[in-house]
Amino acid sequence: MSRAFQRLLPHPFLTVVLAIVWTLLQNDISAGMVVFGLILGILIPLGTSIWWPDRPMGFRPGRMVIYSIIVLWDIIVANLQVAWIVLTVPNAKLKPAWIVVPLDLRDPEAITLLAGTITLTPGTVSADLSDEGHSLLVHVLHTDDPDAVRDEIKTRYENRLERIFA
Amino acid sequence: MTAETIGTYAVAIFLLIGSAFVLIGVIGLLKFSDPMTRLHAPTKVGTIGIGMLLMASMVHSFVAGEGSLHELLIMAFLFVTAPISANFIAKVNIHQAVSDAPPRPPRDDTWATLNSPDSDDEDLENRGQA
Repeated sequence: MSRAFQRLLPHPFLTVVLAIVWTLLQNDISAGMVVFGLILGILIPLGTSIWWPDRPMGFRPGRMVIYSIIVLWDIIVANLQVAWIVLTVPNAKLKPAWIVVPLDLRDPEAITLLAGTITLTPGTVSADLSDEGHSLLVHVLHTDDPDAVRDEIKTRYENRLERIFA
Repeated sequence: MTAETIGTYAVAIFLLIGSAFVLIGVIGLLKFSDPMTRLHAPTKVGTIGIGMLLMASMVHSFVAGEGSLHELLIMAFLFVTAPISANFIAKVNIHQAVSDAPPRPPRDDTWATLNSPDSDDEDLENRGQA
């Protein structure tokens, strides 16, 4: 039973997301459109499942919602900080730095989320992954203490992502 | 004060905040001297700046009576794609050596973008010739 279910719905969350996106694209909720969205949400993951064979093992949507709220809040705070840096710190006093974040995460999906989070929170841009995927290269706009930035990324984002994909 | 007046003021405030952040992003883009630090400016514009402008559009549509949630999709797609373009630009910057060279990774050989496949994989080389 569960095998048949996996065959039919290789990525259940993708199905739900596609149905919601379709309904939003229509910009008006009607039963027909929701059903059509669900049909698309079943057909598209089926058609593309050979390109995404390993789905993440565990995924906790509830924790993902909390994580999204934390990230949104951080984006707002960090935006103000960076706006202040842009307007007040002269180029000569700017202290950009490369930092290397050693990764405990192994899921490609989780690493992608972490890299995206780092780039979206202003002041840090994730630049590259090491060739075996054990560390992440991050560029910081202005910092006095690169190690503190690295530790914050690890405790604030990576730990939470580890618990989401547990 | 009617709901419409409040809505109009809210739209104006969102537009002002959004355009202020876009302006700061552009100032940063012009001001910074090094391509890697310059990359930080567009990521700001992409998040708060555009987010606030879309928020204004959404509030306006609801005040005008024809609610629209398209903007949520624009925001979602923007948040998904913005890090990827930033990532690509960062990689080009590493290759062109425009700013300080990045430190070596502690555990692996090198960074993925500097890892040339033909140096450690003869298979790929053969396939290229075939």
